Amino acid sequence: MNGVAHAWLIVALMMSGLYIVMASAHLFKKLIGLSVFQVSVFMLYISLGVVEGAAPPIVEPGVDAYSNPLPHVLILTAIVVGIATMALALALLVRIRRAYGTLDEAALAAKDEDA
Amino acid sequence: MSVEYGLTLTLLAFMLLAAWALARSDDLLAAVMLAGIISLASAAVFTVMDAVDVAFTEAAVGAGVATLLSVRALGVLGERRAAGRARVGLPFLVVLVCGGLLLYGTADLPAYGDPAAPAMQHVAPHYLARGGVETGVPNIVTAVLASYRGFDTFGELVVIFTAGLGVLTLLAGSGVSGARSEVDAGDRDIIVRQVVKWLVPFVLLFALYVQFHGDYGPGGGFQAGVIFAAGMVLYALTFGLPRLERVLPPSRLRLLAATGVWLYGGVGVACLLRGGAFLDYAVLAEDAVDGQHLGILLVELGVGLTVFSVMVLIYRAFTRQRHGGVE
Repeated sequence: MNGVAHAWLIVALMMSGLYIVMASAHLFKKLIGLSVFQVSVFMLYISLGVVEGAAPPIVEPGVDAYSNPLPHVLILTAIVVGIATMALALALLVRIRRAYGTLDEAALAAKDEDA
Repeated sequence: MSVEYGLTLTLLAFMLLAAWALARSDDLLAAVMLAGIISLASAAVFTVMDAVDVAFTEAAVGAGVATLLSVRALGVLGERRAAGRARVGLPFLVVLVCGGLLLYGTADLPAYGDPAAPAMQHVAPHYLARGGVETGVPNIVTAVLASYRGFDTFGELVVIFTAGLGVLTLLAGSGVSGARSEVDAGDRDIIVRQVVKWLVPFVLLFALYVQFHGDYGPGGGFQAGVIFAAGMVLYALTFGLPRLERVLPPSRLRLLAATGVWLYGGVGVACLLRGGAFLDYAVLAEDAVDGQHLGILLVELGVGLTVFSVMVLIYRAFTRQRHGGVE
């Protein structure tokens, strides 16, 4: 019998991503942490639509059990939107680096105080 | 416990290990590579979970394009290490509380692979039973993506287009103007050049297959767009950006990006003009199923065009940046 152990591991991975976002002082590292968080959310979502012993949701004669296609659709588009927004974040980092000369959180705050 | 479930758990444990190394490492390039590994492992998890379309997308986007863009951005930023130790205590506490609550929540989750799970109760049975008949498309993921939830997907496409515009706007005006050896020459290694020269046509052909076979197998506009873009980026990496720009001038890419959104919206408006609802493809042909199939084919083409051109434009914008330094 399968349990929910996969969800525990996914939660642990999600929390490592969240920890990196909060604990790291470097904005680029925070962004990487965010992408780890994102991947774990995707996996939790997809895991809810799995049906044991079923086929991928591509209709074929002679197959009557399929996994749930709806989470697949939602996550598929989310992945591509995710890379587009990540590119936007990277472009923002490039501009921040140009304007401040650093991507360190504390140094950025200090420069803002000075101004 | 089934073999598949064991495999999922093993892969997840492997990803946790990579995440642990990621949290500990100060090297930013190592962080990008570890995130790529996590992403590729998640693609394997998606395959085990029967989400073949998702796995496909994650492998091409998360492990491929995201890693490439991150490395490019690192080069532009001129940063190597995440120096400066920050807080440890408070984040750890927050993660502990948050994770504890989530673990408490997992007690109510249905067991992995339960066919009677709540997620299987509502629209999913209808999609699976009627989707293939109503749209004429055996890949139910494509049918739901482009037809049942076509409105959603249109929104997502506009988000991608807008994000692309944002990147171009943010990075406009700070690019290199004159010739630069790295941008111009690409990779000089003869083996790399020969292999890529033979590989690129097959990558592009595969992308077209994924685009137009997405109705019958895993694939569709999102994946095809990214793979086509990957082929072009591979060409630019090897032979230099100017060579790519001779084939695909940026002005044409910008036009293509808008054309994709326009095509998707245009199909919706055509449905309105023919007396149906927005994006109700059934009215596009004499036969409702033929109309659905035609509509799905056209909007997927729109998705492919926009995703492809936005990806190449974003890659180009980062590649043309001056490396490091302050303005």
